[in-house]
Amino acid sequence: MKRILIVGATSAIAMACARLWAAEGARFFLAARDAEKLAALAGDLRVRGADVASFQMDANDVAAHAGMIEQAFQAWQGLDIALIAHGTLPDQSACERDAALTLREFSTNGLSAIALLTSLANRFERQQGGALAVITSVAGDRGRPSNYVYGSAKAAVSVFCEGLRARLSRAGVALTDIRPGFVATPMTQGLPLPKRLTATPEAVAKRIVAGIARKADVLYAPFFWFPIMLAIRCIPGALFKRMKL
Amino acid sequence: MSWGRYPPLPQRARAANWCGGLPALLASAAKEKGSTLAHGEGRSYGDSCLAASGEVIAMRRLDRFLDADWSSGVLRAEAGTTLADILAVAVPRGWFLPVTPGTKFVTLGGAIANDVHGKNHHRRGTFGRHVRRFGLLRSDRGRLVCAPDAEPALFAATIGGLGLTGLIEWAEIQLMPIASSHVDGLAVRFGDLGEFFALSAELDERHEFCVSWVDCAARGKTAGRGVYMAGDFASDGPRAVENRRRPGVPLTPPVSLVNAWSLRAFNAIYWRKASAKRRYVRGGYDPFFYPLDALPNWNRIYGIKGFQQYQALIPDAEARAGVQALLDAIARSGKGSFLAVLKRCGGDASPGLLSFPRPGVTLALDFPHSGHLEDALFPRLDAIVHEAGGRLYPAKDAHMKGEDFRRAYPDWEKLAALRDPLLLSHFWKRVAQ
Repeated sequence: MKRILIVGATSAIAMACARLWAAEGARFFLAARDAEKLAALAGDLRVRGADVASFQMDANDVAAHAGMIEQAFQAWQGLDIALIAHGTLPDQSACERDAALTLREFSTNGLSAIALLTSLANRFERQQGGALAVITSVAGDRGRPSNYVYGSAKAAVSVFCEGLRARLSRAGVALTDIRPGFVATPMTQGLPLPKRLTATPEAVAKRIVAGIARKADVLYAPFFWFPIMLAIRCIPGALFKRMKL
Repeated sequence: MSWGRYPPLPQRARAANWCGGLPALLASAAKEKGSTLAHGEGRSYGDSCLAASGEVIAMRRLDRFLDADWSSGVLRAEAGTTLADILAVAVPRGWFLPVTPGTKFVTLGGAIANDVHGKNHHRRGTFGRHVRRFGLLRSDRGRLVCAPDAEPALFAATIGGLGLTGLIEWAEIQLMPIASSHVDGLAVRFGDLGEFFALSAELDERHEFCVSWVDCAARGKTAGRGVYMAGDFASDGPRAVENRRRPGVPLTPPVSLVNAWSLRAFNAIYWRKASAKRRYVRGGYDPFFYPLDALPNWNRIYGIKGFQQYQALIPDAEARAGVQALLDAIARSGKGSFLAVLKRCGGDASPGLLSFPRPGVTLALDFPHSGHLEDALFPRLDAIVHEAGGRLYPAKDAHMKGEDFRRAYPDWEKLAALRDPLLLSHFWKRVAQ
């Protein structure tokens, strides 16, 4: 039975991943901000046959990370997988008018994940094994005027991961940088997402669970975002700034 | 759109993600639209799952299990949980749905709101008989827990209440134990309705599950021919979750693929292929209960105009003559569907106020939509049903006249009185207002 920590466990993609893991048989340590949602998710996974412990925490409360991680390692005597899945979709135009809000969003989507990775990396390194995974975004591949606050926070995590991955590989620890494209979740509810490019959380979760199992480095989800982002990354800056994206 | 893709009434959905968010969704629907309706998988065929305001609350994401006692088979889940979701966790542990309709892609809330029935109605009644309690959120009274001994009036009105008495947030049901997920099936063809009634009289009481396919295109000497099928869960074998899925119907053709020619040809072949002697086969539960689930979007074969299902119940006393008259009228019209289903319902009363089944025989079949249906064929069929003291199934309906509904469901006024003032469907507007 895999022992799995999920931070931001009540996000739609994380819940879908958890159900897939539960079907294989798993022990969970779930961390999330909302106690009521956390309890509902824990109940669901228990009916599906999983063992569940949970921990209420705001990911931005960096001081709480150490205690949470300690408990997670104790709950099931070690961890096989840690998935960092929390995040928000900032209101880009509100951020443009408010530096404090920009920093808050940057902290939620970037710094808090970096803090968690820093602590988790040391524990996994000592354990000499296991898989870390973090959900970033295709938005981190290129800064776009419509959501560069979100994009740059995710980009920071991605670059952080690239370096950390190299370090952890020596200890046999995998680190998967998951970059979903458009996904129909509560976070994106109400946005005019292009239907053909929008995946369900379940489809994305399938790819994530398989990707973590084979210790993928960077995982675009669904797969077709890999060629799309490859092409977008190749657009010269002079042209890119004139494009409406 | 509803499953029949008719009537084409556009709907916008607001998604519910957590039960905690439902009061806010209700409040905003009240402010902006005046009314709304809970929407599950949209498997109701007609307009009972479409909000009169054109704005529904999508419940499908409320699909979490809340708790389960695998020693007693009591399961509690949020209302958007589908029967397929339930089978996936219950079957390996030796439990099955006590009652299941012909598709597993319906939600728990929808199964209660339509008080669905299945092949074992003659033994176990409707789905509502196995509901222990449920949570109901009303715009005027807030959160309630309804059970036979708590809020009994709302409990009865909500079972078969077409989603009008409040939002069903969660429900607790009693599952049925199974030793194996395999079904011992029996199939035998019959030449006319007389043979069907004889088979039904002999075999229904011996088997848990019984249903018949009837050739709705057959006329003259072959009229009323079909295939009788029965089954029981095997007493040994694996307990395996099944989920057959083929590619499905990728797009909606401009015209229906079901027409007088294809219908006659298919039905004649299907009947000839069936065995004249009683044939016993063991197989999985999925093809036995859910043959059409293997073909996603099968409703598209009826083309862009969609289709209407006609499901009528004729009480026992008039069953023979009534079903005969319906089949005659249908065969003469040349319309109908590959799948026409005949089933005897039993006497177990449902706790539901507006539950459809009654002791008698129910006939269900689909018709590609056309103007002809409502101008000519349906009035003829409705007259036969009325004459025989029968009734139509609201979950399948897109045409029933208000007076026919009110006569067939005399308790409708009780439901009207208990309706949540914020919830209104096109169906209810059509038949009750």
